Amino acid sequence: MSIQNITVALIGNPNTGKTSVFNQLTGLKQQVGNYPGITVEKKLGFCKLSQNIKANILDLPGTYSLNASSIDENVVIELMLNKKDKLFPDVAVVITDIENLKRNLLLFTQIKDLEIPTILVINMADRMKPKGISIDIPYLEEQLKTKIVLVSTRKGFGIDELKKQIVDYKNLSTEPCLNASSIDEDYFNKLRKAFPNQLLYKLWLVITQDVNFLNLERNEIRSSFTKSHSDLKRLQQKETIKRYQFINDTLKIGQTIDTANATDLRSKLDKILTHKIFGYIIFFGILLLIFQSIFDWSSVPMEFIDTTFANLANYTKTHLPAGEFTNLISEGIIPGIGGIVIFIPQIAFLFLFISVLEESGYMSRVVFLMDKIMRRYGLSGKSVVPLISGTACAIPAIMSARNIENWKERLITILVTPFITCSARLPVYAIIIALIIPNKRLFGFFSLQGATLMILYLLGFGMALFSAYALNKILKLKTKSYFVVEMPNYKLPLLKNVAINVIEKTKSFVFGAGKIILAISIILWFLGSHGPDTSFKNAEKIVTSELQKNNETVSQTILNNHISSYKLEHSYIGIIGKSIEPVIKPLGYDWKIGIAVVTSFAAREVFVGTLATIYSVGNNNDDSTIKNKMQADVHPDGTKIFNFASGVSLLLFYAFAMQCASTLAVTKRETNTWKWPIIQLLFMSGFAYIVALIAFQILK
Amino acid sequence: MRTTVDLLKIGDKATIINVDLDKIPLKLLEMGCLPNNELEIIQIAPFGDPIYINVNNGSHLAIRKETAHEIEVEIHEK
Repeated sequence: MSIQNITVALIGNPNTGKTSVFNQLTGLKQQVGNYPGITVEKKLGFCKLSQNIKANILDLPGTYSLNASSIDENVVIELMLNKKDKLFPDVAVVITDIENLKRNLLLFTQIKDLEIPTILVINMADRMKPKGISIDIPYLEEQLKTKIVLVSTRKGFGIDELKKQIVDYKNLSTEPCLNASSIDEDYFNKLRKAFPNQLLYKLWLVITQDVNFLNLERNEIRSSFTKSHSDLKRLQQKETIKRYQFINDTLKIGQTIDTANATDLRSKLDKILTHKIFGYIIFFGILLLIFQSIFDWSSVPMEFIDTTFANLANYTKTHLPAGEFTNLISEGIIPGIGGIVIFIPQIAFLFLFISVLEESGYMSRVVFLMDKIMRRYGLSGKSVVPLISGTACAIPAIMSARNIENWKERLITILVTPFITCSARLPVYAIIIALIIPNKRLFGFFSLQGATLMILYLLGFGMALFSAYALNKILKLKTKSYFVVEMPNYKLPLLKNVAINVIEKTKSFVFGAGKIILAISIILWFLGSHGPDTSFKNAEKIVTSELQKNNETVSQTILNNHISSYKLEHSYIGIIGKSIEPVIKPLGYDWKIGIAVVTSFAAREVFVGTLATIYSVGNNNDDSTIKNKMQADVHPDGTKIFNFASGVSLLLFYAFAMQCASTLAVTKRETNTWKWPIIQLLFMSGFAYIVALIAFQILK
Repeated sequence: MRTTVDLLKIGDKATIINVDLDKIPLKLLEMGCLPNNELEIIQIAPFGDPIYINVNNGSHLAIRKETAHEIEVEIHEK
């Protein structure tokens, strides 16, 4: 007996629990990728339906209708109109929410018009009793020409019944449930005559959409059936009214709602959470909690990861035969991977919070509260999510800007998010603040060092808002501005959904951004441990003979430190550092800081590691030793290298400069052009340079 | 009394009379902002914008003031 493979597409409005159904059907057998050429997330899962039927289950992006208004929605309609696509579904499963049946059915009637086998899932069926809702399933099945399955992913019923219906998909009706073409009989009759082999609704979608699918076919149709934009829109309104009429008539008989039995938690929560004063207090309280988790709670696992990787590098170095290959592993690859893994706790905490806030329905309330304030800066209420996420890492933050409909607001959000102080800036700030700001308290309790850190956070946030404001004035993008946010019902987040989401997002960060960070760290290792001329190769001899010349006797550790620091100075990186010295000197930096600035272009936190190597501190010394060495380092003329002026200049440089290759890569992916990442780089780093220059020249 | 949605107060209920098709996105129509549907104001953010509405008995949306201005309603007497 051969195994049959079928494709099932899950389609539904956002907030109907579509992904919960997907998770229930597929468990962890999921693949998350991207649709070719665009960054829309493509979720494909696998499920064994019966002895000999296996299903590929496609979780399509949430959409309100087949009239697409975002790239996510385009994916749905492009797939549903293209029979040749290898993911074209054998059966469509439309997921609806029992409490929002009226609106959710609009999409269902559109899918039915495509004449493919369709199953209707009414999700969150456990809410029927508390909401006083009852439905007449046989009547609805007859009117909607489909099979209905009641599902509750929360209480765990209905999934087996759904699988049974999918197996039986050949018995499903493919007949539309209403005749939408009656809105303009003449027009549609002509259309039918001109293209007798095409599905009428499909033609209509092709005529009305601005998406890039079936290009040829569309041009063909357009030539003879064009209508003015407003005429089309009038027809679309008529069509929507017609569909709602049908749905209202059907539900009038098929659904009864006894409001006397309904409990209304929603309006009570809304009164507090969207309140003019309490709403903001609660929101800032939640923000504080998120910061607390990212900066305090995650420091424990982060330290553990840090020491584990340091030990691992040490272990491989001492236990593998000495040589180039061992060096590559212990100095290039292991620290490189460690540099990625160390961010997992912060990223996981961040996604945990964001996915709980989104699953519960609270995020929409924040968008509502913040929209007016953000709009003054050319941003949208929806920019709040990326800006919060940016405090951990700009990469996932920029990706979360996708659900901003307005392209200009989305672009500005993407461009300014890297100004937000991300976790990679923290180690840089920490060491420089410790060097230049005295550990004193003002008025007995106000820590000067803490206050400096806070000022740097505020600077980043202020700069993000300021540049958003400027970009809003400069950018001449014509986009139709509109803003509609659904305010979903409050729900207790499902543990399984949150867990899968956190795991998926963390995985995609580690493997996506990780590849780039790893590659760069290997290149840096190579450049730092190889040199072009003989002074690099003979470092040992030169250093030893020089020490002997000065009659100095030093311990083996100090000798090794001298050698590695000499090597670094004459490695490719050292040469690069020396050659850029004229550029960075006006900012108060010497060639060593210059190297750290160059290497940390890959990722900011590399700055501290590079300086640690340059100041030739072995693995077993603690942090204070690096600090002491840096503190003691002087220019040839005897002045300190890390003084107040150069320190402030460095802090400001790192606050503003685009020192993150991965962020540039993500901006390129999200905007589909190199133009914006290049502008981002030039603007941010140029601005950083000028500010650092002014600060140093004034303070020195 | 006829007015537009941006002029309503929290708790007001009204029936939609007309929407300006050239200024309203199709998405909003599809979410229930159609003539003859009922509309209720749930919450208004500070500075009167955005506006949180319940339209067509169950479709809960937040829209900006400029959009609300294009929706003409007949307000229900209390």
